[in-house]
Amino acid sequence: MEFGFTTAAYVVAAVLFILSLGGLSGQESAKRAVWYGIVGMGLAVFATLIGPGAGLWLLSIVLIAAGGIIGFYVAKRVQMTEMPQLVAAMHSLVGLAAVFVGYNAHLEIGRVAEIMANAPTSLTAAGMAVWLHEQGLGTFGELISHKTNVELNILQVELFLGVFIGAVTFTGSVIAYGKLAGKVNSAAKKLPGGHALNAGAAIISLIGLFWYVNTGGLLPLAIMTVAALFIGYHLIMGIGGADMPVVVSMLNSYSGWAAAAIGFSLGNDLLIVVGALVGSSGAILSYIMCKAMNRSFISVILGGFGGTSGPAMEIEGEQKAIEADGVAQSLKEADSVVIVPGYGMAVAQAQNAVSDLTKKLRAQGKNVRFAIHPVAGRLPGHMNVLLAEAKVPYDIVLEMEEINDDFPDTDVVIVIGSNDIVNPAAQEDPNSPIAGMPVLEVWKAKDVFVSKRGQGTGYSGIENPLFYKENTRMFYGDAKDSVTALLALLD
Amino acid sequence: MSRCQWEKDDNVKIGVPKETIAGENRVAMTPESAGMLQKLGYDCLIETKAGEGADFADSDYEAAGVKIVKTAAALWKEADIIAKVRIPTDTELKRLTKDKTLITFFNPGGNEEGLELAKSKGATVIAMEMVPRISRAQKMDALSSMANIAGYRAVIEAGNNFGRFFTGQVTAAGKVPPAKVLVVGAGVAGLAAIGTSTSLGAITYAFDVRPEVAEQVESMGAEFVYLDFEEEQEDGASTGGYASVSSPEFREAQLAKFRELAPEVDIVITTALIPNREAPELWTEDMVAAMKPGSVIVDLAAEKGGNCKLTVPDEKIVTKNGVTIIGYTDFPSRMATQSSTLYSNNIRHMMTDLTPEKDGKINVNMEDDVIRGSTVTHKGEITFPPPPPKTQAIAAQKKTEKPKELTPEEKRAQEVAAFKQQTKTQATLLAVGGGLILLAGLFAPASFMQHFIVFVLAVFVGFQVIWGVSHSLHTPLMAVTNAISSIIILGALMQIGSGSFLVIVLAAVSVFMAGINIFGGFLVTRRMLAMFQKS
Repeated sequence: MEFGFTTAAYVVAAVLFILSLGGLSGQESAKRAVWYGIVGMGLAVFATLIGPGAGLWLLSIVLIAAGGIIGFYVAKRVQMTEMPQLVAAMHSLVGLAAVFVGYNAHLEIGRVAEIMANAPTSLTAAGMAVWLHEQGLGTFGELISHKTNVELNILQVELFLGVFIGAVTFTGSVIAYGKLAGKVNSAAKKLPGGHALNAGAAIISLIGLFWYVNTGGLLPLAIMTVAALFIGYHLIMGIGGADMPVVVSMLNSYSGWAAAAIGFSLGNDLLIVVGALVGSSGAILSYIMCKAMNRSFISVILGGFGGTSGPAMEIEGEQKAIEADGVAQSLKEADSVVIVPGYGMAVAQAQNAVSDLTKKLRAQGKNVRFAIHPVAGRLPGHMNVLLAEAKVPYDIVLEMEEINDDFPDTDVVIVIGSNDIVNPAAQEDPNSPIAGMPVLEVWKAKDVFVSKRGQGTGYSGIENPLFYKENTRMFYGDAKDSVTALLALLD
Repeated sequence: MSRCQWEKDDNVKIGVPKETIAGENRVAMTPESAGMLQKLGYDCLIETKAGEGADFADSDYEAAGVKIVKTAAALWKEADIIAKVRIPTDTELKRLTKDKTLITFFNPGGNEEGLELAKSKGATVIAMEMVPRISRAQKMDALSSMANIAGYRAVIEAGNNFGRFFTGQVTAAGKVPPAKVLVVGAGVAGLAAIGTSTSLGAITYAFDVRPEVAEQVESMGAEFVYLDFEEEQEDGASTGGYASVSSPEFREAQLAKFRELAPEVDIVITTALIPNREAPELWTEDMVAAMKPGSVIVDLAAEKGGNCKLTVPDEKIVTKNGVTIIGYTDFPSRMATQSSTLYSNNIRHMMTDLTPEKDGKINVNMEDDVIRGSTVTHKGEITFPPPPPKTQAIAAQKKTEKPKELTPEEKRAQEVAAFKQQTKTQATLLAVGGGLILLAGLFAPASFMQHFIVFVLAVFVGFQVIWGVSHSLHTPLMAVTNAISSIIILGALMQIGSGSFLVIVLAAVSVFMAGINIFGGFLVTRRMLAMFQKS
C-alpha cells in the first residue's frame, strides 16, 4: 500500500516538473510554473520520507531544514549580477551529492554481499526474505539483495557513470564559479598536453569501469573519481569567458544526467525522469546558445575557440572619444534609441542607472528599446534578468532577430559594456575567430556610442572594428558613472 | 579696390558685353566678381549698361575698377577674353579672332553653325553647360546654379497664379486645405522646387526615373512617388548624373501613376530633361483635363518642347477647364540679380581654373578634365564632344541584392522538399534510436528495460518542452532546472536509513547539500520572475 502511494506521488511529481519547465515559455505563466516545481519537489520528498525503508526521517528533516535556511539566506542576499556564479555554485552541490550517493550505493553493495555470504543456507526463499528484512538493510539494500548477477553488473555500471558525471560536474562547476566570480582568471587555459590529458583521464576512467565491474573493488572507483574530477577541472579551465553561458547550461545538463544515472542504480523512476528532463533541457539550451554564436557544439564542450585560418583584417582609423555632454546632445535630438547591454553593464552594476535613463528618455517621448544578443552576459538570458531587476518593462526588451532590421532607422545606439556581440568582423572578416556568428548590426544606426572602460578587447580577445567606424564614438569610463553623468545632463 | 591696372595695355582683359537677346537681364560679371578677377591678374571691361537689368549700375562697376566701354563692337575688339550668358549670335561670333577666348552658354550639341564659325575664327570657346558634373567642378556648374534659381522661381510663379494658400490653415473664417504639389524630375531644379514648396507648407510629391534620388527627395521633405514597376533602371551614375531614356513599359507605368495623381494635385512642376534631346512628354492633355480648375502647371522644360504638349514657350496660357500652364523659359533672368551673382561666380571660378599661376595669363590645359570637357573649339579645331572624363563623376551605386521572389509553385516545391528532408531525418533518427533500444532490450534484463523506457520518454519530453521556452527566460529556466536537479535528494533519503555509519554520514551530507539547492534554486527563480513586468 505504502509503496503504491509513493509511486503515485512520484507520477504526480513528474507531471508537475514537466509543467514547471514547459510553463517557462512565457513571463506570466513562468510565475505559476515555479510553484509547480516547488509542489512537485515537496511531494517527492514527502513521499520518499514516508515511503518504504526511509529511516532517520527526523534527521533528514532537520538536515533539509538546515540546508533550506542556508539556501534561503543565500538566495535572498545574492545580487542579480552574481546570478551566474550562484547557479554554477549550486550545480557543484548537486554534482557532489551525486558522487556521495554513488559511493553509498557502492558501499551498500559491498555490505549486502557480505550479509548474503553469511546467510544461513537452510532457508527457503520466503524465509530468506524475512531474514534479510531482519538484517536491517533498508530499502535499497533489500533491492540489491534481490538482484541477479547481470543486474548487479548493470547496477555497477550505472553508479559508476553517476559518480563519473557527478565528479565532472562538481569540479567543473567549482571552476565555472571561480571564473564567473572573478576568482579564477577567465581566459582559456590549458595544461601542456591539452586535449590529450582529457582523453587520457577518460581512458583511465574507462579502464576503471571494466576493472570495477569485474572486481567490485573500491580502488578503481576511487581512481576514476580522481580522473573525473581532473576532467571537470581541465575542461572548464580550457573554456574562455565568452563561452560561459554555454558552459553553465552544459553543467546544468550534466547534473541532470548524473541524477538520472543515480536513479538507474537506485531503481528510482522519479530520479530518472527528472534527471533526464534536466539533462535534456540543459543540452538543448547549450545547443541553442551555440547556434546563436555560430559555434560548433562539440568544439565549445571540448574547450574554447578553434584556431583562426588566417591573419585578421587590418583595422584602419582611430577610436574617437566623446564626453557625456556630446552623448546627451545626440540623445536629445534622437527619436529612436536602442540600448545594447552586455556583461560590462552587469560588472558595473549599471542596470538601475540604465533603467533611469530609459525612463527619462521615454518620458520625453522617444522610442527606447533594448537589443539583447542571445549570448550577452555570462548566462543565457542574463541581461533580461538584470533589466527586469531594474524594472525595465520586458516588452521593450527585444531579441536579436526582432530588432536587427531596425538599426538602419535608429538614431542613436548606446552600447553598454558589450563587445563581441556587436563586432562587425563577424560579418566582414572571414578570418576572424568569431566569423559567422550572428551579431547585432549596430553600426547601421546613425550614431553609435560605446560605453567602455578602456581600449581593451572583449572576452574573446579580438579587435572590434566597430570602435573605429565613422559613426562610432567611444564614451570611456565606468558604465554606471557614465550613465549617471548622462542622466544629469538630460533634464 | 580701384587699382587702375587696366591702364597698362599689356594686361589680359576680360570683357563682358550687354546681352543682346531681348528680355535677358543677366550679366556675366558683377562688381564683386570683377574684384576677384582682378586679383587673378586680369583687367576688366564692361559694356555700358550691361548690368542694368540686374540692378548693377555702371558707377558700381567703375567703383570696382572696371573700365566702361561705350559699344559692344569696341568691347569685343579690346577684350582678350569675353564672358557672356546667352548663346552668342553670328554677329558676335564674327567678332572673334585667333587669340580671343569666349566663355558662355553655347549649346554645342545643337549649334553646329556656331561651332564651325568659331572654329574658322580660330578662337577658343568654353561652353559653360559642358562643365562635367564632378565634385571639383561644382563651383563652376552654371547649369546647376541656374536650375536652382529656376526651381525656386517656378514655385513662386506657380504660387503667383494659384488662388490658394500653400499651407493648410484653420482660421476663424474657415479651413484651408494645404496645396498639393507634384514635382516631376528631381534634378537640381526639381530639388530646389521641392525645397521651396515644402518650406511654403505645401504637401509635396516628387517623381524621378532614377530611383536612387528617392533618398534626396525624402531628405527635402517630399514624398517620393514609387511606381509599381520592376525594371533594372539604369543607374544615373553611369550617365554623368543625368536621366536617360526609359523603356516604353516604364513610361506607361509612369503615365498611369500621373493619371492617378492628376485630379488630386493643385500644382505640377515638370523639370524632366534628357541631355541633347527633346523634352519627354509626361503630362498629357487628358491629365490636364483631369485637373481641378485653378490648378497651375509650370513647365520648366518649355525651351526644349515642354513636358506638357499644351505648353507654349515663353507664355502663360489658361486652358478651357481653367488650368494655368506657364511656359516661361527665362526664370533665371526673372531673378537677374541673384542669377547674375551666381553665374558671375561660376565664371570667376572657371577663370581661376584657367589661370593656375594667378598671373593674368590664360592657360587652356587640355589635360584637365574640367577644362577639356567644357572647351568646344580650340586652336582652329572643334573639340566637341569631349572624351569621357578620367574620373568617374559619381560612385556607381552598389546593387543591393534582393532575395529572389519565389513563385508559389517554387515555394511549394521547396516546402515539399523541406518536408521530405525532415521526414527523412526523423525517420533515420527514429530507426537508429529504435534499433539501439531494441538491441539493448535483447541483452539487458527486464528490470533495467523498465527504467530505461522511462528514461527515454523523459528525455523526449524534455526536448519537446524546452524548445518552447522564450529566450529571455533562459536564466530562470536554468535556475529552475538547477533546483529540480536536487531531486538527487531522493537517492540520499533512500540511503540514509542504512545500517552502515559511513553511508549515513555521506547520505546526510548529500541531503544537506540538496536542501540548500532546493530552497536556494526555487527562491532565486521566484525572485527573478517577480521582476519581469510589462510596461
